Amino acid sequence: MAERAEVSAARLEAPRLGLVDRIRAAAMRHEPIRGYALLSPTMVWMLVALAVPLAILVTLSFWTQNYLDFDRTFSFNNYIVYFEKPIYLKLLIKSVKISGAVTLATVLLAYPAAYFIAFKVKKNKLMWLILITVPFWTSYLLRVFAWKVVLGFNGVINSGLITLGVIDAPLEFILYNPTAVVITLAHAWAAFAILPIYVSLEKIDRSLLEAAADLGEGPIMSFLRVTLPLSMPGIIASSLLVFIPTTGDYVTPNLVGGPTGIMIGNIVASLFGKANNWPLGAATAVMSMFFITLVVCAFLWFTKQVRERVA
Amino acid sequence: MSDEHIISIQGVSKEFAGVKAVNDVDLGIRRGEFFSLLGPSGCGKTTLLRMLAGFESPTRGEIFIDEQAMSAIPPHQRPVNMVFQSYAIFPHLDVRGNIAFGMRKSGLSKSEVNARVEEMLEMIKLPGYASRGATQLSGGERQRVALARALIKEPKVLLLDEPLGALDKKLREQMQLELRALQKRVGITFVFVTHDQEEALTMSDRVAVMSKGRVLQVEGPMGLYERPTTRFVADFIGTMNFFGGTVREAANGTASIDAGPLGQVRAATQDEAFTVGAEIVVAIRPEKLRLTFEAPGPAVNVAEGRMGPAAYLGDRSHLYVHLTGRDEPVAVAMQNEGRSAVGIDQTDQPVWLSWADDAIVLLPDE
Amino acid sequence: MSASWTQKRDRFGGLGVYTVIYLAFIYGPVLVLPIFSFNDSIYVAFPLKGFTFQWYEDMINNPGMLAALMNSLKVGGTVAVLSTILGTLAAKAVTRYRMPGRGPVVGFIMLPLVIPEIIMGIALLVMASTGGIPLSLLTIGVGHMLLCVPFAMVIMISRLEGFDKSLEEAGLDLGETPWCVFWRVTFPLVLPGLVASLMLTFTISFDEFILAFFLAGTDVTLPVFIWSQLRFPQKLPGVLALGATILTVTFIMITFAEWFRQRGDQLRKVS
Repeated sequence: MAERAEVSAARLEAPRLGLVDRIRAAAMRHEPIRGYALLSPTMVWMLVALAVPLAILVTLSFWTQNYLDFDRTFSFNNYIVYFEKPIYLKLLIKSVKISGAVTLATVLLAYPAAYFIAFKVKKNKLMWLILITVPFWTSYLLRVFAWKVVLGFNGVINSGLITLGVIDAPLEFILYNPTAVVITLAHAWAAFAILPIYVSLEKIDRSLLEAAADLGEGPIMSFLRVTLPLSMPGIIASSLLVFIPTTGDYVTPNLVGGPTGIMIGNIVASLFGKANNWPLGAATAVMSMFFITLVVCAFLWFTKQVRERVA
Repeated sequence: MSDEHIISIQGVSKEFAGVKAVNDVDLGIRRGEFFSLLGPSGCGKTTLLRMLAGFESPTRGEIFIDEQAMSAIPPHQRPVNMVFQSYAIFPHLDVRGNIAFGMRKSGLSKSEVNARVEEMLEMIKLPGYASRGATQLSGGERQRVALARALIKEPKVLLLDEPLGALDKKLREQMQLELRALQKRVGITFVFVTHDQEEALTMSDRVAVMSKGRVLQVEGPMGLYERPTTRFVADFIGTMNFFGGTVREAANGTASIDAGPLGQVRAATQDEAFTVGAEIVVAIRPEKLRLTFEAPGPAVNVAEGRMGPAAYLGDRSHLYVHLTGRDEPVAVAMQNEGRSAVGIDQTDQPVWLSWADDAIVLLPDE
Repeated sequence: MSASWTQKRDRFGGLGVYTVIYLAFIYGPVLVLPIFSFNDSIYVAFPLKGFTFQWYEDMINNPGMLAALMNSLKVGGTVAVLSTILGTLAAKAVTRYRMPGRGPVVGFIMLPLVIPEIIMGIALLVMASTGGIPLSLLTIGVGHMLLCVPFAMVIMISRLEGFDKSLEEAGLDLGETPWCVFWRVTFPLVLPGLVASLMLTFTISFDEFILAFFLAGTDVTLPVFIWSQLRFPQKLPGVLALGATILTVTFIMITFAEWFRQRGDQLRKVS
């Protein structure tokens, strides 16, 4: 139907391009090629520094420690040991439990503060955010160590309680146990929880809340039906950002955990250190990664179900 | 050779992930003309413009600018400059820095460049603005600076991507006139992208109407309005009443058509050939219809109906007339010459519509 | 009456009080360190004794600590620059080009954020030992870059998405080569993002312990050094003095960075 638009009287010859021009024209024509060219240094780097080491680690987990050397024949021995000796799985489950508790505590503690900054603070929101994040720019080790001072035998809490006359002798049970690990980690990772939650709350269109109020929802119901579901992406991001690294942490259990507070990271570290059984250590690490991924997937699946149920 | 065409677009298509944004377009743009690409959003006009600038490359076909093939020429080596929809004024530079941005390799000394910038500022009527920060400019001023920044390069072609879209109505009308005058003064070919048909008609020497990646018609404003060749163009430019019809007779430059509710229609035909019995579309513009409250003399090109709703617009009125056998009322535009507008508050009165032979546009049935 | 409840409730109602308590929880333990850095006792425990600058003198006169500090500065600086470059390239690629597989690529680069550090640490350790690469500051740097590139990329993506792509196109259109457009247009506009990325990646590297612990040779970084000192009570006050110093310096740096970022935002508002 469309009438051919007026064409130039003489059709121009399509040019004969040299090789350089042809490559140039192809690169101009194919945007993905240019994109990937720009991306390639980073991708190569990530392959060399991440994918290859992880592949080697997995391979190592099928080898066997032979005093100072590795026996490179393929075997499931390390995995058999891993599942036969209860300590590995028990520690893994304990680590997941501790990290789960840390995640829960961190998110629950951070949410109201993030909510306050996002909704109640009108001016200087940034100042509040900086105020909250500044302490996290101090050394992680020293931050953890600080809790040893606070919870310790002659620590802040015991000294305080003695001065107040609540107790006569220092309490010994507040340091060197899983609870101390949870408290310390919940403190150490607070900034990682508060920022994603804050961002997701800040993104919420305020007119939605007005609409909820307008439609007759009270403050609590409109929080549950509007604000909370819309801030779920932030909660999920926070949870993952806290849960995954803390599961593998071994600084905190080492400093404040005591014998009952050790986690899977301590075992892995010792297998690569004093115990010197790298293949078993590799197997332990691979299994940890595997389980953490499982837990994360289960968590994501669960939150998705809840969101769909609510929606 | 093709001296009159500064841009020649030959068989150009552009696909994005399998979707044809531009579909087999052939187009010639004449040296020194104000050429508009007009169409609804998503019709491919901006993609076509960006291919001229070199920000997109055709999937197929070739673009020639001044007889030079563009496929291997990157944007920074093309003899065209662009005024962006968002103006793209560099926020970290002042007005002088923005306008002089492209002059680094011009071979001019710093004072010569500054003198050129002052000239450009005179031209865009912003003298004394050289040291203003980009942040301190209003929308209209940013648009002018973007224009000066491109024109200082003395491009063979200036590309404008809906440059007036962000301005308010008054300012836009003023800028339309200024842009048109400027183009005549500098003599550079302008390729102007817009979705606003009124804007395209006001400013352009010629307009290409695009839809779904194709160019449907290339014409001057009057030709486009008076002689659309497709139903899309007829509908997109201005308002049009459409009727289905069958050719009864066609000879000697006139055709007799049975147009259903419109009755017997006699239309002037120019060079189109119509076969008797063919289904066609009869189209007529609202302002080409005469509305009377008494039956006019001749029986041809007359239809009887009843007054429907009417809208009073001050200088004119938009009236709607119901014809028997047609659900959609026929739109009629009337100039309000006297103090009392005709047709207002006369709903359901019997009325007659009549028109001249050459008021009818015959379109192929799609 | 619309949303008055979200706005009108007194600012320092329940939530405000809670947030202040939350801040106290965050600051409390951290502030313990500077306090003890002035305490005239080698025991980091209450009650406080007298006031002293002795630990700061110890800190200055501790060659091991100063060497570790220098190592950390070296590693941190290099890591910050390299990971910001890689992050910027990747960010530019994913924000400026239509690419199939953009999602998986970004996901792959972000992977280090969701792998426990200890696993990346031992994986790199194993690769170094099977490849016969001696452990050194270099291996630590490799580990830190792995961690820092995703952060740099995230910051640069948000910065690049924050300004109009047509600004770069305008640069090309006005006859500048892509390289010149980068320096004359992109660079000045992303500068605040670059500074933020450099500072964040530097801080991550400077503070990183677990990767450094596994990948350190004879030269150690500051956190590894601090770790070795935590076992010796008499060395602790010196470490606390160092911690307090770092806290002060960081605070000044963050204030500066924030000032810089706000300037950047003002630029961005018009673009």
